[in-house]
Order: sequence, then C-alpha cells, then structure tokens
Amino acid sequence: MKTFKGIPVSPGVATAKALVLRGQDFFSVPKVEIRSEDIPKEIVRFEESLTKTRSDLFNVRKKIAQDLGHEHSDIFSAHLLILEDRTLIEDVLSKIKSERVSAEYAFSLVIQRYFHAFAQINDDYLKERVADIRDVGRRILLNLRGEKADSLVHLKEDIIVIAHDLSPSETATMDREHVIAFATDIGGPTSHTAIMARSMEIAAVVGLGRISKEVSNGQMVIIDGNHGIAIVGPDPQTIERYASEEKRFVELITELDKLKSLAAETLDGHKLQLTANIEFPDEIPSVIAHGAEGIGLYRTEYFYMNRTDLPSEEEQFNAYRHVAEQLVPQPVVIRTLDLGGDKFLSSLDLPREMNPFMGWRAIRFCLTRVDIFKTQLRAILRASVHGNLKLMYPMVSNLLELKKANQILEEARNELRAEHKPFDEKMEIGAMIEIPSAALTSDVLAREVDFFSIGTNDLIQYSLAVDRVNEKIAYLYEPAHPAILKLIQHTIQNAKKAKIWISVCGEMGGDPAMALLLLGFGINQLSMSSFALPKVKKAIRSVTFKQAREIAARSLEFSTGEEIKKFAEAKLKAVTPELVGD
Amino acid sequence: MEHSKVIEKKFVVRSELGLHARPAALFVRTANRFQSDITVQKGRQKVNGKSIMGIMMLAAGPGSSITVRVVGPDAQRAMAEIEKLMDNKMNQ
Repeated sequence: MKTFKGIPVSPGVATAKALVLRGQDFFSVPKVEIRSEDIPKEIVRFEESLTKTRSDLFNVRKKIAQDLGHEHSDIFSAHLLILEDRTLIEDVLSKIKSERVSAEYAFSLVIQRYFHAFAQINDDYLKERVADIRDVGRRILLNLRGEKADSLVHLKEDIIVIAHDLSPSETATMDREHVIAFATDIGGPTSHTAIMARSMEIAAVVGLGRISKEVSNGQMVIIDGNHGIAIVGPDPQTIERYASEEKRFVELITELDKLKSLAAETLDGHKLQLTANIEFPDEIPSVIAHGAEGIGLYRTEYFYMNRTDLPSEEEQFNAYRHVAEQLVPQPVVIRTLDLGGDKFLSSLDLPREMNPFMGWRAIRFCLTRVDIFKTQLRAILRASVHGNLKLMYPMVSNLLELKKANQILEEARNELRAEHKPFDEKMEIGAMIEIPSAALTSDVLAREVDFFSIGTNDLIQYSLAVDRVNEKIAYLYEPAHPAILKLIQHTIQNAKKAKIWISVCGEMGGDPAMALLLLGFGINQLSMSSFALPKVKKAIRSVTFKQAREIAARSLEFSTGEEIKKFAEAKLKAVTPELVGD
Repeated sequence: MEHSKVIEKKFVVRSELGLHARPAALFVRTANRFQSDITVQKGRQKVNGKSIMGIMMLAAGPGSSITVRVVGPDAQRAMAEIEKLMDNKMNQ
C-alpha cells in the first residue's frame, strides 16, 4: 500500500481499478527499415493517417461542442493547424525517403524533436502548447498503427484514470459512465484535468508527483478528492474505511439534496442568502444543482489565461450576458480582473516581483492599465441589461483607489451613453474587503459603494502576514484567529451603519462551523464553492439567529484561533452532529 | 507579366503578446494563401512562414525584430498582406 499526497481539485471518494495512460513513452518507436521500393507505400500510409486524424478531430470537435459547448471545442482549432503543418509533414516525408525508415519511426523522430525544442523555450504559454502537439501526434501515430485512438470510449467496468496529465481530447471522448475518478502527476486547480473533473462531477486529485509511473494497469486505487489523497494497492481495512466514508459521503449528499429548494433560514426565521463562487460559465449547472441563490463571486481571470491576446469587449460581453441570463432573476456578482499574486497570465508580460501578493496586482493593475480595465467595465455594463448583474473591485486598500475606479466606471458609462448602448443605470457596485486597511476604514469606503464582499483568503494572508502558498508557515494560516474575527465584525458593523449589504466570499464562508459565527455577526450573504453550499445551509437551518449571535459574541472572548475553532466546531456538533466528522 | 520577386522586410513585433498562438496562426493562415515561399528569421533562426510549428519555435516575444523574406510570383501582394497584419491585427 502506498499513499500519495496531491492537490484535491474535485470532491468525492472513489475506489476502482487503475487505467494508466502513459503519454510519456508513447513516442518511443522501434526503428524499422524499409526497402526503397516501399517508400511510396510508406508515404501514402502517412498521408492516409493524416486524413484519418483530420476526420477524427472534426468528430471530436463536434462531440465536444454538443456535450460541453463551443468554448471547449475551440481547443481543437489549434490541433487542426498543427496537423496541416508543412514543415512537420515535409520533415517526415524527407526522413522516410532519405533514411528509408517506416512512417511511424520517421514521425516519432520529428515530433520528439519538437517536444524537445518547445521544452527549451522560455515561455509558459508555448510550453503549454506541447500538450496540443502531443495530442495530435498521439492520434497520428495510433492511426498509423491502425489502433483505436479512443481506448477510453467503451469501457466495461468502472475505472480510475491515472495519467501524467490529461489532454482535452482524452477527457472529452472518455466513457462518462465508467470513468469515476482522475489522478495525475502534474496540474493545479485550474488545469484542464481539474476543470473537466468538476464539470463531470467526479473525484480528482492532481499534482501527485510520480503516480503514473508507480501504478500498473488493473491495480486497485483509492482516490480521495476531498483531501487530495491517492492510495495505491490499499489493504482491506483501508478499502473498508473508504467504503464507509464513501457511503457516508453519499448518504450525506442525498440528505443534503433534500434541502436544495429550501431557504437558508434559521429556526427563528432569519434569512441568509447563500450564493456560489464560480470561475467558468460551465459551472453554472452545478451552481443550480446545489441550490445556490445566485453567484456571489464570478472570477474573470480565466478570460485572460492560456492565450496570447487580450479578450475583446464583445467576447466578454457575450460571456457575462450568458451567465446573467442563465441565473436571472438571481444575482451575479462579477469581480473585475484580479490578476497577480498567484494568478499569472500568459498574455501579459508582467515583471516578476519579489513580493507578488503585495505588488502590482488586481485593482492596482487595472488603475494603471485603464485600457484593459475599461474594456471589461464596458462589457459588464452592457451585459447588465440582460440580468441581475453587480460588479465589485478586488484588493481595494484605500478610498482614493475606490474613487478612481468609480471614476473610470463613470467614463465607461458616458461612452456607452454617447454610443446609445443600453446598460443598467442602477447596477450595484461593491468593494472587496481583503486588506486590513480596507476593513479598518470600511466606514469611509462604505460611502462609495452599494455593498461589501469580504475576501477572507486574502484578508487572512495580509492580516497574519502568512503566505498562503508557503508550506512551512501553513500552520499560521488561521481563519479563526481573533484578529480576523474582529476585522470581520468591525466591517459588518460599518456596513450596517451605512445601510449597505455585506457578504463573505472566501473559503471561510464554506466552512459550516465558521458560517455559524458569520451568521451571528450579522452577515447578509455567504458565497462559496457550490459543493460546500448544502452543508452550510444545513448548519444555518439547525440554529436560531439568537443562538448564532450568542456563539459569535462568545467566540470573541477567547484569546487564540485554536480555541475559537474548537469552540465553533463544538457548537456546530451540538446543533447538527451529522455534519461533523468527515 | 509576373516575375519571381524577392522582397525582404524587417519588422518589430509590436504586439505586446508576441508572435505566439493566435497571432502566429493568423500569420500562417495569411502566408498559406500565397504561392510564394515565405521565410521568417529571428537572429540566426530561420523558419518556414507557412508553418505554425516553425513560427511558434521562433518564440518571437514582444519587441523582438524579425525579418520576413518572400520569394515568388505573388511576393508583392503577400508582403502587403503581411505588412497589414503586422501593423494591425497583431497589434490588438
């Protein structure tokens, strides 16, 4: 039994046999020499494999467009260009002719030269394109060999897919009935594997290091997508333990599912709005399925990632409009571009900073790159007539920034008025409170906006001076630290005084125990990953508002985060024991 | 009457995104509309302007200078299109 730790990117627990996709050594092909009279035959074989691959790709593209929408199928346009590449084709043909080798061998040599060349280019975007080339190359080679390209299309039993990394065409065509989890060596929360797993609603763990090299086909594997663990060759006790965990997970989900259409209301009738955080429009079905009352945080960075040009106003307008229309009449809060920190963009050549989280990012970036900012603001404004949209600025640290941002917004409004383009004049504008200076001066900031949204992840990081990504100091990252609770309480009080509404959109809101405290402090809305929503709703429906207020007030009497955390968890367990212990 | 012409021009990649992916794809699509041979050179590296792999391998970032050489009967028209592309579309 061997345990691997990685990054949990899609929740759930699964136990099944492994199906290992070995992308790496796929391209080492034995050298086969041919007779000179066979050269024309070999060339024809190669050309036929290109034609076949071309029609395969068209089919995949069509299937993906049907299943997942056109945004996903766009990936394959790049594939088609690679397939038609003259240099590549001519290189292969000349190798077949001059070295008298099989098409498979000639092709594998040429494509590996490209892998090698691309790997040495010092550009993240181009490095990522190697995956496209690999994908096309794999298809061509399989067609040359006359093998079926889609080994994952027809499966007889449930399997867990293990790979170094998964390519779009692998995930797109796989048998969704039988693939019940993913585990990959590399990747992060925004990698293709993670996104696909979430949209397929199956468990996934990425960044597992060498798992694809240490598992063999058919070996038993457990994937724990809740905790980021993969266990290879588990012993019977472990299998049993996970089976009961899986059962409990399923039972709890079924139980929570019943709450879907009920309000997030305390026993004494105090209502809270529970909304979801999303990054991609294709998460909307999951948002609706989990009973969210709108979207409290729509991140827009993905528009700017994995591409080399900037998204146009029209492209953004269409996406925002699409999201707004799907949720109407429920609200959608769009966060303006929050790049920097740990979110890097391939399209903008930004300087590397010593201290990126404190550097040129989010609203600071937008206020200097007014061109990029205004394009986004115009797109949001124009989309506002198609639903219940709101917008908020990330990383506000002082009043001046907020005024400047509002001024640019007003310019965008004036431009649209002059162009006779409609927008919602009353669209609500909010500020994110995620820097201690903003929390402490929230009375002043409140005058400029219609709402606040507390981004707890950054607020914790900045208040406690803890880099979220540094493992060595991870123990200092304490959401329940008294300083954090005081900042949150202070901000909520200032929002109430100014008569504006206030939400929490960080991970804290998705923790049922912490949600009780936030409820007690008087928060109006909690926004979280949609998977967390049913549990939080259950917690809220299990207390009275009076109880929650008492819990919140008492929590401030403790001196450490550890004590507060224990206290909140004990209170949660007292009101709803089912939620605790998983 | 059409002569085989050789036209060579230097460009600075003005797009802040460099000559990658989409801009590269545009370049290649444009180049493929013409009969002429088109090569692109950056430093000592020279690639076929009709090949997406070639152009991407140049890794021509923003501000880098490239030399485009067009040889063939429709060289003039091809170069005119490429100039337009380098001035406009890639600059977005």
